[in-house]
Amino acid sequence: MLKLDVALSLLRQSGHPPPSGEHGSTTWMQGLLDALCELSSRDALTGLANRRHFEMALAREMDRVARAGEPALLLMLDIDHFKRVNDSHGHAAGDLVLKAVSDALLECVRPMDTVARIGGEEFAIVLPNCPPAFGPTVAERVRTRVERRPVAIGPSQKISVTVSLGGAFAPQWVRSTVPLWLERADLQLYNAKTGGRNRAVFEPAAVSLVSAEEKGLLFSQPRPDDDTDDMRDAHA
Amino acid sequence: MSEAATPRTQRARITAITSGKGGVGKTFVSANLAAALAKRGERVLVLDADLGLANLDVVLNLYPKITLHDVFTGKHRLEDAIVPVAGGFSVLLAGSGMVEYSRLTPEVRDQLLATIEAVTPRFDRVLLDTGAGISDVVLYTVSLAHDVLVVTTPEPTAMTDAYATIKVLAGTQGRRTLQLVVNQVLKPGEGRTIRGQLQQVIDRYVSPGLEAPVKLEFIGEVPVDPAVREAVQKRQLLLEVFPGSPAAQAVLALAARLVS
Repeated sequence: MLKLDVALSLLRQSGHPPPSGEHGSTTWMQGLLDALCELSSRDALTGLANRRHFEMALAREMDRVARAGEPALLLMLDIDHFKRVNDSHGHAAGDLVLKAVSDALLECVRPMDTVARIGGEEFAIVLPNCPPAFGPTVAERVRTRVERRPVAIGPSQKISVTVSLGGAFAPQWVRSTVPLWLERADLQLYNAKTGGRNRAVFEPAAVSLVSAEEKGLLFSQPRPDDDTDDMRDAHA
Repeated sequence: MSEAATPRTQRARITAITSGKGGVGKTFVSANLAAALAKRGERVLVLDADLGLANLDVVLNLYPKITLHDVFTGKHRLEDAIVPVAGGFSVLLAGSGMVEYSRLTPEVRDQLLATIEAVTPRFDRVLLDTGAGISDVVLYTVSLAHDVLVVTTPEPTAMTDAYATIKVLAGTQGRRTLQLVVNQVLKPGEGRTIRGQLQQVIDRYVSPGLEAPVKLEFIGEVPVDPAVREAVQKRQLLLEVFPGSPAAQAVLALAARLVS
């Protein structure tokens, strides 16, 4: 006999509806499994993806980028001076701030993006198919959204919150590793923090190797080809 | 400007097969060109040097027991990792554990060099199937080769990336001659036109800064051919399953041009 009471009470506690179908049937069991999987991939406080789920999403995205070459952005962000909130207003206020920030993040992204809480006051977003030029725009949208929305921590008390962000794009065509990608974004987050907080810093883009003039000539009217075979001897 | 760091003990001619952009058919060209060269009597080894993203095993439907990864980690001898395949040539596969080699460390550098030095006395030609792009691993692998064969398609992004690769190789490795294969051409002669377009930009923007001009040698073109897709789906070599197809004939012509 399977002992499912703990699983069911976990679902109840987290506000999940009980599985549908006849108790103990395959449909019901599948529903229970699905709900447990869902539960184990979420952060309990904010409902965002947790670190485990996020790293899986990141690994999947990295594989895709390596083969397909589409740009993908990883943003890491951290609430500025979060410890002060906890220290001066208590942990309940801290939780409200975390929830408010997570709501703000969700409002700034597309359905295909994955937003996660990966540590105490640390969040991360992976944005598949995000052209490099859009990265700073998205990060700025997130930053201002949080900044402009003070968090109510009591009936008549609001505090303003800011976040620092670091961004790094996955290397196209080259397979890298999840820890390396996280490390690169984290380094930029560190730069944002040391640079004064409430800002977004991106890994400097690789200098484009091909100028507009070169591209212009490359795709201009073709010149008659004058390749000759005699050069073969020249380099042999 | 450094000379290419070619291993000293070589016998085989080493050709690096590279492309700026991924997905242009680098591995297809490597594998089928190897088979075509083997048909001409050469002893050929394809070294899957796309360390982070190896898929030669997928293309050839191989389930390698021993890979370069095992050699690098000292688990197996190099000899045991060299596998003869159906096309009459041998392969040395990177293995999926190679993800950790996607950054060029001194260890990876030394091991690649040692591997190439060890295999060259036994073959007439070694094809290095490199990764796409211009990461430091790719640049280093290419630096070990005598010749560089750049694969592109007529697609603008592939051409732009091929040009960027050529520019970097000319600038950082002193390459003055690079070979070009244009894959997936829609009409005969398109490959030559593309070579001309690339050469024109090289003449204008790359060669003037160098002490000698950079020349792009046209090796040939491979037409778009449904037989290629079919061979890929069967996970077999085009030259083995559809030797009479236009694309297979084109690959044979590439081999003829390379050994001429």
